[in-house]
Amino acid sequence: MKCTRCRQPAEVKLRAHNSAFCRPCFVFFFQRRVARAVEHDEMFDRSSRILVAVSGGKDSLALWDVLASEGYQTVGFHLALGIGGYSSRSRERTERFATARGLELRVHALADEGLAIPDIVSATRRPACSACGTFKRHYFDAAALEHGCDVIATGHNLDDEAARLLGNVLHWQTDHLARQRPVMQPRHEKFVRKVKPLYLTSELETATYAFMRGIDYVVEECPNAAGATQLTYKAVLDRLEDVSPGTKVGFVRDFVARASGVFARDEQGREARSCEGCGMPSFGALCSFCSLRAEVDRKLAARAKPVPAATDG
Amino acid sequence: MRVCLNPQGRELRIDGIARVGDLLRRLEILPGTVLVIRGDRLLTEDAPLAPDDDIELRSVVSGG
Repeated sequence: MKCTRCRQPAEVKLRAHNSAFCRPCFVFFFQRRVARAVEHDEMFDRSSRILVAVSGGKDSLALWDVLASEGYQTVGFHLALGIGGYSSRSRERTERFATARGLELRVHALADEGLAIPDIVSATRRPACSACGTFKRHYFDAAALEHGCDVIATGHNLDDEAARLLGNVLHWQTDHLARQRPVMQPRHEKFVRKVKPLYLTSELETATYAFMRGIDYVVEECPNAAGATQLTYKAVLDRLEDVSPGTKVGFVRDFVARASGVFARDEQGREARSCEGCGMPSFGALCSFCSLRAEVDRKLAARAKPVPAATDG
Repeated sequence: MRVCLNPQGRELRIDGIARVGDLLRRLEILPGTVLVIRGDRLLTEDAPLAPDDDIELRSVVSGG
């Protein structure tokens, strides 16, 4: 198979784009595609200071690599989740990536505050992914504020967005559909814009880019992801994509262009106030992070309370 | 040839396969869901395979 651009032997075929690429041409194609998404959706510009949320996986490291290569001002932020060896290896890969490229990286470890994900799950019996999402949202927002960033960029890719969209449509989660956009404008002065520059690039493309750029990412999956519904949606979409290439990109791109505005218009605007716990924006007395934290404290205290001795008679 | 499936770390010995596309069909893997790696290069579906090849099939699917 020959490269569509230069006719050299190809290393990757992209059926959705009816193209095949050699290594240099794919790297060019991928970087240009991300740059076009950034420009088209007005995500940020050269004057922006971008907090890149990096997990150590292929998507976020590929994103950071593209943005740094394009000369954007970036600060990497890694939230160490405390999920055993998986989290240790994720942190190690992220730190190695940043050091090798001389990039600024900030790390926050949940275990330092007694909030490692397994401890939260054990205390509250909540699903791990729910606690993880709450913590990520809080710490990404807080880190952007602390490090003077104008925008938070995450590595959500086309497959993530297509699977989420399918789930939201199947259950008609209109409030979630209203917020499923590649650019989320802040609704409070302590929040910054959130963007997804990879929302039109597939997992195959981000994995190919990471491989070709020599990025040593964590290949293993989070142990808590096994059996997740999103993986079922991804498998269904992969089947559709195999039969009809371009299905996923059409699904997401056309939703954003033609339908997301309708749901956003219907969204009830709620006024955010300051959380009584952490001072970050909140829609109740406590934000969801501080509520979860309070729940953990309460349940750990109840567990530590000695059981009264049984008395006869 | 030796085939390693990642991230599971499962190893298989498979013979009588001429091309990458045939290997993926034999294992019932959709082409867009894995990187096919030989040494430091990626292979497309039409790439020929040899009996002494070491192939890594690395899943690109992530998330929960």
